[in-house]
Amino acid sequence: MGERRDLVLRGGLQRLMKRGAGRLADPVFAVVTGIAGLAVLIILAYMVVVTTYTAVPVFRSQGWSFIFSTDWSPSEGKFGAFAFIYGTIITSLIALLIAVPLSLGVALFLTEIAPRWIRGPVAYLVDLLAAVPSVVYGLWGVFVLLPGFLQPIATWLSVKLGWIPIFAGPATGLSFFGAGVVLAIMIIPIITSLCREILKAVPVGEKNAAFALGATRWEMIRGAVLPRAKAGIIGAVMLGLGRALGETIAVALLVGSRAQVTASILQPGYSMAAVIANQFQEATGDHVSALVGVGVVLFGITIIVNVAARVLVWRMVES
Amino acid sequence: MSQEPAFSVRDLHVSYGGQPALKDVGMDIEPCKIIAVIGPSGCGKSTLLRCFNRMNDLIPGAKITGEVLYNGQDIYAKDVDPVTIRRSVGMVFQRPNPFPKSIRDNVAYGARINGYKGNMDELVERSLRGAALWDEVKDNLNKSALSLSGGQQQRLCIARAIAVEPDTILMDEPASALDPVATSKIEDLMQELKEKYTIIIVTHNMQQAARVSDKAAFLYTEVNETGKARWGILVEYDDTDRIFTNPRDKRTEDYISGRFG
Repeated sequence: MGERRDLVLRGGLQRLMKRGAGRLADPVFAVVTGIAGLAVLIILAYMVVVTTYTAVPVFRSQGWSFIFSTDWSPSEGKFGAFAFIYGTIITSLIALLIAVPLSLGVALFLTEIAPRWIRGPVAYLVDLLAAVPSVVYGLWGVFVLLPGFLQPIATWLSVKLGWIPIFAGPATGLSFFGAGVVLAIMIIPIITSLCREILKAVPVGEKNAAFALGATRWEMIRGAVLPRAKAGIIGAVMLGLGRALGETIAVALLVGSRAQVTASILQPGYSMAAVIANQFQEATGDHVSALVGVGVVLFGITIIVNVAARVLVWRMVES
Repeated sequence: MSQEPAFSVRDLHVSYGGQPALKDVGMDIEPCKIIAVIGPSGCGKSTLLRCFNRMNDLIPGAKITGEVLYNGQDIYAKDVDPVTIRRSVGMVFQRPNPFPKSIRDNVAYGARINGYKGNMDELVERSLRGAALWDEVKDNLNKSALSLSGGQQQRLCIARAIAVEPDTILMDEPASALDPVATSKIEDLMQELKEKYTIIIVTHNMQQAARVSDKAAFLYTEVNETGKARWGILVEYDDTDRIFTNPRDKRTEDYISGRFG
């Protein structure tokens, strides 16, 4: 009897232990995913700490003039990054100005207006644009867009509208404007595809309600679709802006690489990411530290943009 | 039957992407009556309802043939703009679908797009009173419509529809997402509304149809020999009393007495 009971017990125990192996999966899974999550945070923190630490000497020696001075002369030990900050912001704003209406238009066309069979293929093509490497955009910009399109437009703007300071000539092809246009083309796919998802999520019931009240298609879009999608669209625009701020190669190729602050968008300039890419190779000592400092400021600006986007979206969702 | 019918439907056929959905419907709808459209699921009740304000036009692949005369004019004639039809034939949907705006803006929306020039506050109040919602919301007109209960939202949708000053209101199972109290409020409201409006209501609920309607149309699903294609036909259309007490057709009787559906 005792022996048999022992056997039964042991069998039960074995089954339990087998089951135990299954039970182990949960904690293991939790630990593995936890490590993965933690790793991201650690890498981010490490990056912030190391770059800031590297940049501290130049922040110390330059003080606020690092951000507010335009005098960038590595040979004289003067590092004022304002021209780069200015260029980054101006090129990104030009990009947004062009890309946002276009993207929203394409997204609305693809969700509300285009015949069904055209929607999938066009959406796919737009997404494909996002997969083109930025150096290809840059080269295409320099060799195709610049002579064929940007230069003539810039010249026309400077001749016809040159009395407005932002279009003051003489128009150079490599300029804030040129970089901004190519940036716009680069961020259109991401803004379009986010907007498309957002517009698709607008409840059909609300669209039908607008139609049933005698709305035309445009009135339906304005009254039912856009108010619903507003918060999401702003989020999409901010993500596009984040990409534009950080874009390096295409801007480096097109912006003209001159550290100056001009009101005219038709003049050459510089950007933060571009100066890092262009000068890092030959930089030594304080110059390296200054370039890393530019990187830290750029990082700071992108974080501010992203936080601002979050806050804006939260506010809208709440109200 | 002395009055001119508000709607005259003749030989109405509807198909979606080549699949028939509704065949050979003909009926006259008198103004200022409540007409209930009843029948089992998938028999084309909503399809029929959506023919009266051309909402089917919005469904890709929908094809409508036949005539729907509205005050004597065929709304499917070539030169008719569906937008103008929808401005005088309002609609209330199964799920309350207010816009994510204030209560006031919801009611004013339709009037605004129609270029209403009068006093907007007055119109909002009149419409909300007409939908028996005014007393509950008059102090909170700027609050989001989404903060209302489901029943209130549905009455807001009715207010929004009557603010456009239509003469007909289509209701697609307007109470099916509501609790009994809210449902009875909507039903009471319908009795008030029929003084001024022709109401066509689709409902799943036999008691509701019997309670509220003056006339009832019974739709039923027909299946072809292979059993693959099915479409709705109008079996019987008569006074509600007659439909519920002494129907002419066996299928109507079976459905009403609960033998199927």
